[in-house]
Amino acid sequence: MTFTLIDQGRVGTVPASVEGGRVRLSADALRAALGWELHDATLCNDAMCVPLPAGSRLGEGGVFDLGEVAATLDRPLALDADEGAAYLGVSAGERAQALGSLIAPDFTLPDLAGRPHTLSSYRGKKMLLVAWASW
Amino acid sequence: MWQALHEELRDRNFVVIAVALDKSAEEARPWIEKAAPTYPVLIDTQHVLPDLYNIVNVPTALWIDERGRIVRPNDVVFGTDTFKHITNLESAKPLAAVRAWVRGETAGFAPAETRALQTLPTALDQQARAEFGLAEWLARHGKRDAAERHFVRAGELAPHDFTIRRGSMPIRGIDPMGPQFREMLQTWVGGGRPYYRPLPDTRG
Repeated sequence: MTFTLIDQGRVGTVPASVEGGRVRLSADALRAALGWELHDATLCNDAMCVPLPAGSRLGEGGVFDLGEVAATLDRPLALDADEGAAYLGVSAGERAQALGSLIAPDFTLPDLAGRPHTLSSYRGKKMLLVAWASW
Repeated sequence: MWQALHEELRDRNFVVIAVALDKSAEEARPWIEKAAPTYPVLIDTQHVLPDLYNIVNVPTALWIDERGRIVRPNDVVFGTDTFKHITNLESAKPLAAVRAWVRGETAGFAPAETRALQTLPTALDQQARAEFGLAEWLARHGKRDAAERHFVRAGELAPHDFTIRRGSMPIRGIDPMGPQFREMLQTWVGGGRPYYRPLPDTRG
């Protein structure tokens, strides 16, 4: 089936087999969807490498279980096998490290007119960053 | 909102950046048009900001200095006293603190103090945000029942996160000011847990 994989808000589709609530990807699908490849018991993308835990069978027979990929990368995975969609978030450790550095995490979001604004483009000013909502 | 503060201090190298955690731009539009802000008001339908800054309710404000460093972490800052009768929190004290900081009369917190006052996300918080992210996508694609499962799961994982529990209500067709919200709030506060969590010097 065609599976929707949302990687920190970026939406991609990938061929996958879903059985008993588990989602299995090929090596090609894993690379295309998430940018990770397995070499010598190590998962790597452009930026970093993560060794597989001892005894891991990830990638055996060219099959990658999405839940195991997320666990190996220490990333939260929300999965709806019935709907064929999953969301891969960011780990608490990564977020805590960034916040603990005290460098304000950067982001780009649109205004009402759809015009994008990037936080770091206001650097040089003192800023009050406020989250609010109509609710 | 924060228009008066922004106008008062804009010539002092200061800017307010407001981010609406709303279902769509249309939900936020009437509020923004009424406030006619001269500062940027951004729309965050997918909760990018709560994920990056571990924000769990609104309003939440941080101070960021000229070098892009957080010098005061997440605090409760109301722009007006519109909801004071409900929240029991006055806007005057935190706004006066912002003014004094911008005018250079006081400094923000030192790094060690800032870190000591930060609340960092747990694995459960981040799992809840992933569930919210999936639910929001499912809802946007007309999968209401599936979305509901993941919104509920997200709220169970992070019951203190009202950007999830209350913020999802408009997406789910629930009135965020209505009986379901009031019941949720009463259960939460009745258990001795605060709905707003201001920093000690704002609270004190």
